[in-house]
Amino acid sequence: MIEPKVKIATCSLAGCFGCHMSLLDLDERLFDLAERVELDRSPLTDIKELGNCDLGLIEGGVCNAENVHVLMEFRTRCKILVAIGACALNGGVPAMRNQYDLKECLEESYLRGIGLVDPQIPNDPEIPLLLNQVHPLHEVVKIDYFLPGCPPSADAIWTFVNQLLSGQPLALPYTQIHYD
Amino acid sequence: MAKSDALTQTVCEIVQGHGGMPTRLLQILRDVQDRLTWLSPETLDRVAEGLHISPVKVRGVAEFYSFLYTAPRGSYDILFSDNITDRMLGNRELLHALCDRLGVRMGETRADGRVTVGVTSCTGMCDQGPAALVNGYALTRLDKLRLDRIVELVNGQIPLTQWPSEFFEVISNIRRADILLGRHFADGTALRAVLKRGSEAILEEMVKSGLRGQGGAGFKSAAKWISCRNAPGEEKYVVCNADEGEPGTFKDRVLMQDFADLVFEGMTLCGRVIGARQGFVYLRGEYRYLLESLEATLQRRREVGLLGEAILGDPTFDFDIDIHLGAGAYVCGEESALIESLEGKHGVPRIRPPFPTTHGYLNQPTVVNNVETFAAAAKIAVEGGAWFASRGTAESKGTKLLSLSGDCERPGIYEYPFGVTVRRVLEDCGARDAQGIQMAGPAGHMISARQFDRRICFEDLATGGSFMVFSHRRDILDGVRNFAHFFVHESCGFCTPCRVGAPLLRDLVTKVHTGHGTRYDLEEMRKLGRIMQVACHCGLGQTAPNPVLDSLEQFPEAWERRLRSTTFEPAFDLDAALEQARQLTGRSDPDAYLREEELMMGAMP
Ligand SMILES: Cc1cc2nc3c(=O)[nH]c(=O)nc-3n(C[C@H](O)[C@H](O)[C@H](O)COP(=O)(O)O)c2cc1C
Ligand code: SF4
Ligand code: SF4
Repeated sequence: MIEPKVKIATCSLAGCFGCHMSLLDLDERLFDLAERVELDRSPLTDIKELGNCDLGLIEGGVCNAENVHVLMEFRTRCKILVAIGACALNGGVPAMRNQYDLKECLEESYLRGIGLVDPQIPNDPEIPLLLNQVHPLHEVVKIDYFLPGCPPSADAIWTFVNQLLSGQPLALPYTQIHYD
Repeated sequence: MAKSDALTQTVCEIVQGHGGMPTRLLQILRDVQDRLTWLSPETLDRVAEGLHISPVKVRGVAEFYSFLYTAPRGSYDILFSDNITDRMLGNRELLHALCDRLGVRMGETRADGRVTVGVTSCTGMCDQGPAALVNGYALTRLDKLRLDRIVELVNGQIPLTQWPSEFFEVISNIRRADILLGRHFADGTALRAVLKRGSEAILEEMVKSGLRGQGGAGFKSAAKWISCRNAPGEEKYVVCNADEGEPGTFKDRVLMQDFADLVFEGMTLCGRVIGARQGFVYLRGEYRYLLESLEATLQRRREVGLLGEAILGDPTFDFDIDIHLGAGAYVCGEESALIESLEGKHGVPRIRPPFPTTHGYLNQPTVVNNVETFAAAAKIAVEGGAWFASRGTAESKGTKLLSLSGDCERPGIYEYPFGVTVRRVLEDCGARDAQGIQMAGPAGHMISARQFDRRICFEDLATGGSFMVFSHRRDILDGVRNFAHFFVHESCGFCTPCRVGAPLLRDLVTKVHTGHGTRYDLEEMRKLGRIMQVACHCGLGQTAPNPVLDSLEQFPEAWERRLRSTTFEPAFDLDAALEQARQLTGRSDPDAYLREEELMMGAMP
């Protein structure tokens, strides 16, 4: 009997896609992975609707209302949810705005920025509303695992995914999770 | 004279008054601030020039201590003590009432620059709260009437010296005395004993006495003195730790107020035994009101030959004592941080070993002992080690001063032989309805009624002396939350597990306390607490999770009661977090909200 493939979904919330780039850095190991997993919703497949998955990998923190919806959906549909990278774990670079008021941020970008024509704060309902602050994932939903790094190296992602898929205890070598 | 010239002159005078010594930096900054109400960047530069040290260093010190201000403050600076015992006595209502009446927001300075109202950690007046500090001086037993007067005094610009003296009255409340507080001590007798019998003999008595450090850790005092005496060094130093920062403790205040001679005698004795010529008292800033009387006592001791040169006429016995005032930093009670602070630096704990007994003040061998330890040592020199050891238990000899506060009829100081049960103490102080005790302060342990037969001694419940009673009327979690804030405020920021861990813990406690937590959050707190216990650099961070961990064990129902039935709740109100953006954009379409029901529906599989 052929074992059903493990279903994985990934997405980038308030992130820079660097973590997804790191995933692509798996290079030829991607072939190996493709043997064992099937990608559901992910920037790599362009599938828009999330199905029921075994594993969800999320890059980036939560900065707006849409992020909240997507993250909640991932939480409900994925058995295991993993925060990948500094932004997902701590808010990271986008969270640098947290020391300012949202008002200050928007005014700086849309009212006082250089070369603006017809300056105004955008209010189109198509654009997701920003949260007052950028939050790490675990402040919005339960997160099962955290993989640190900016981004975590392809090796770290590889070790983690392999151990998880094969049911081994998770233990990353020090070289893959130290940053000094 | 130009303004900046006047500034230079003021700073110069003060710096010279301290002998231009960089080790006096904290004292200099305190004095400068007393004159100028705050430390402007220009002022700090002048201080740096006066001491020939880098401006960055001066700024670092100024910014470290809570009582040093690098932004303007009101000419009346009022800080409410915000320990849980003050809260039990209603300090919050008084604080808000005062802010209203004075027209000032908490933590801010009134537009006319007249007054600032804020909060500070426990000021050690738990038996006579609600308490506060005004320009560094302790105010006790605040109530509505006193507040009315204070409003008039502030608005009328009446100098502090003309405020009613009863506002500043600090009473000792000694409720039970044993061998330390109960027996008369004749000044000079301990020093005569050491001159007559020699240091070796006194050390033998100390060994026999079994005296252990009364600051809480319980290290054998004789061993400490012997180690320092034997350590090589050009100079040796004696330091009395009167920082008493542990919330709920005030026994050192009473000793310094009523038994200063005994404490100074213990320090001088130690100086003779270890071969030191200089001692320091590190007095917490909150006890500023004691400074003049302590200086006067030191002066009197010099005049009668118990301090200074050739003590008791012996030309080989020189010893003097300086008092250093702290400036609102709990961590400076940790002995190596205290030494850093004495050296004029910001108070970050050193890496130990080496310990102060070999590398202490100015890297010289130094004994750091608690106030009560020195007092006991003086008595032992006179009465003998066996006398002292006749009280207490096998491993904890002698007596212990407990500072009782919270829900009891007779708060105050109780001296008991080690080994007394918690139940006995509760009976004596009239705490009939206790549901739990915060023993040894927030850094200590929380115990519930099931444990009231435990004994106070190093074999069982060790303590530095803080004993705060919570009756059944109280919510234990109010205490836990108060302590969680305390540790965040007092973390020195040097190491990450404490700098980051303490705020995370505070946020989780708040989340559960306000009814937004789940079982998952309790588990997170346990994990975080265990990490802090092993990963923090000093005792502050290592003990910071104690109230959370203990209450989870001792009072699980207090936590469970508040849990949500869901498995997980966000750490913040999602919809409220969109409010600013809604206002800025004027949007009210469905997507401009994160309603809980819709989130659940949308997220359904
Ligand atoms: C965060 C922290 C605060 C402390 N505060 C005090 C204090 O206020 N008073 C005190 O005597 N010891 C305090 N200690 C303990 C001292 O480091 C030291 O052990 C004590 O002063 C030694 O004196 P003893 O042996 O006579 O108790 C504190 C320790 C820590 C870790
Ligand atoms: S963690 Fe680094 S690489 Fe990943 S999304 Fe954030 S900024 Fe980009
Ligand atoms: S544990 Fe806290 S107080 Fe101690 S050194 Fe670390 S940050 Fe400072």
